[in-house]
Amino acid sequence: MRRGGVAIRCVGLRKVYPGKPPVEAVRGVDLEVREGECFGVLGPNGAGKTTTIEILEGLMEPTSGDVEVLGMRWSQHARAIREQIGISLQETKFSDKLTVRETLTLFRSFYQSGLSPDEAIGRVSLEDKADVWIKNLSGGQKQRLAVATALIGDPALLFLDEPTTGLDPHSRRQLAGIIRECQRHGRTTLLTTHYMEEAERLCDRVAIVDRGQVIALGSPRELIARLGGEHVIEFSVESAEAAREPAESWRSLPSVTGCRFEDGGIHLTVAEPHVVLPALLELLRQRGWRLSSLVTRHASLDDVFVNLTGRAMERNE
Amino acid sequence: MNHRPLREHPLVNLTLARMREFLREPEAVFWVYVFPLMLVVALGVAFRNRPVEAVRVVIQEGAAARSLAAALDRSPRFRAAVCDEAEGRRRLRTGRADLIVVTLANEPLRHEYVFDPTRTESVLARNAVDDFLQRSAGRRDVIEVQDRPMDEPGGRYIDFLVPGLLGMGLMGGGMWGVGFAIVDMRIRKLLKRYLATPMKRIHFLGAILLSRLIFTATEVVLLLVFARLFFGVVNLGSSLAVALLILLGALEFAGIGLLVASRARTIETVSGLMNLVMLPMWIASGIFFSTERFPEAAQPVLALLPLNPLVHALRSVMLEGASLGTLGGEVALIAAWGGLCFALGLRWFRWN
Repeated sequence: MRRGGVAIRCVGLRKVYPGKPPVEAVRGVDLEVREGECFGVLGPNGAGKTTTIEILEGLMEPTSGDVEVLGMRWSQHARAIREQIGISLQETKFSDKLTVRETLTLFRSFYQSGLSPDEAIGRVSLEDKADVWIKNLSGGQKQRLAVATALIGDPALLFLDEPTTGLDPHSRRQLAGIIRECQRHGRTTLLTTHYMEEAERLCDRVAIVDRGQVIALGSPRELIARLGGEHVIEFSVESAEAAREPAESWRSLPSVTGCRFEDGGIHLTVAEPHVVLPALLELLRQRGWRLSSLVTRHASLDDVFVNLTGRAMERNE
Repeated sequence: MNHRPLREHPLVNLTLARMREFLREPEAVFWVYVFPLMLVVALGVAFRNRPVEAVRVVIQEGAAARSLAAALDRSPRFRAAVCDEAEGRRRLRTGRADLIVVTLANEPLRHEYVFDPTRTESVLARNAVDDFLQRSAGRRDVIEVQDRPMDEPGGRYIDFLVPGLLGMGLMGGGMWGVGFAIVDMRIRKLLKRYLATPMKRIHFLGAILLSRLIFTATEVVLLLVFARLFFGVVNLGSSLAVALLILLGALEFAGIGLLVASRARTIETVSGLMNLVMLPMWIASGIFFSTERFPEAAQPVLALLPLNPLVHALRSVMLEGASLGTLGGEVALIAAWGGLCFALGLRWFRWN
């Protein structure tokens, strides 16, 4: 398709909110989202995700930088772009006393072409709520309605800002299913989230943003591989002396590629757990320390974030 | 547009959505449709025209007090009581008597009247009692007069009130139906969500206006029919003139509503602005009582308020049968307010 299969391209994006002092929400972001992929923008709250996505959606002017969406520019082809994209904002309160079908009929009327309201309702499995007032929907159902309003114009490009924030696990799985279904239809999706494991499951590629800048870009698998080990061993020791043990002695264990201290425990990034574990237990035995807990798991994007920033992602679950 | 059925046109859909939202909100329906009717009933009954009540006279204890009281009491227009000085003054002060007549010992042809010159009833009582006493004492009137009581529709308080309430309804409708509604949508981020679609802004604003006009028409017809059926309020002018004034007034206050909503980002801000606009006009625009009660010096300023020319023009048409041609000044002022506020509102409008 257009522009060699690039759905979104932005270069040198900056956004400064005026104020005293001015707030630099986005500080030079370059992104390229390919057609047909699901691209995730990840990062903690306040990292600049929403500002970035709203600039790409044409809802906000960047302070500087260049944005191209589906090969077009907001300044010249705003309406043409709007016809081809679908947007779910972080929080929209639709009219409480309209039904799901009425709301979708209204949104459908804004587009030249698109799905029928009932098709959109089917895509997000709200058939049995079609004639229910929005105020009587659960949080997850409202979020699915928001996604349905994004789908109603049958967009080539879908923007979802924090589509699963604040939802229960069941609703999150449902929404993940809807997003995967869109990918199967060859739609490009750009989503923001601060749930790392969700991004791992859904996204072909992710950009991790922190303090207004992209600090890592690639497929979840690549980013995790860059840690040097795909597994994490988390353990804690009863003795308080263990906390004074230098990181070097843990790092010198075979197959260990990283070490950090977190919440009174020790996290080791490792390539081969079966090689590390005997050596680790031997070291503890020599020091006379007893394990109080030990967990091994696959490394996640959370670990990537902590590794890059030295901070844990804030969670507001 | 593009051969799409009217049913699928965004303007139609946005208007339908506004109307559904409104009609499904019982409080809104009450305040817009039922409350004005209740006001008509309450004020129409409270201020209904009735014969002037008997004048309450106190005769201060003294010479010939009792015979004077008896003479006054024989006329249905007076109710007389004999009291001592302290009690009489107390009654006058608290409004339970309108006049004190003091008779003087040894001087049967001299009385003193004690009354409150700032109270209409008191002044009327003084004159009525004086008249009665002078005639009883033998005064002859020179001019022959004949009283012809009038009770035609058009001259009663309810007739005065209905055009005022129409104006008040148009003001409230514009402020709530346009101003408040837009800010509410902005706060809910619905405005931003609409903006994220290919929706044309003109359709959005057009739908707000259109739904406002539909509600206004219903509200006006309901009020006029009700006032006609229960109070016999009639329109002495042309219905077309009334309809045009109402259309103009609805657009004027839609414009003011738009201006009030153009920047506000919180309910508190918009509520404050709405009160700032509406409060002075509830009092000073002649809704419930004539603006002529305010000092002469204030009149030129009051006449410029957005609601004043509308209420005045509606009254002139409905009560005096004036034609729109004679109300050019009012019509121009209404149009100027509406046009100015629309222009500024659109210019400053915060979509995002």
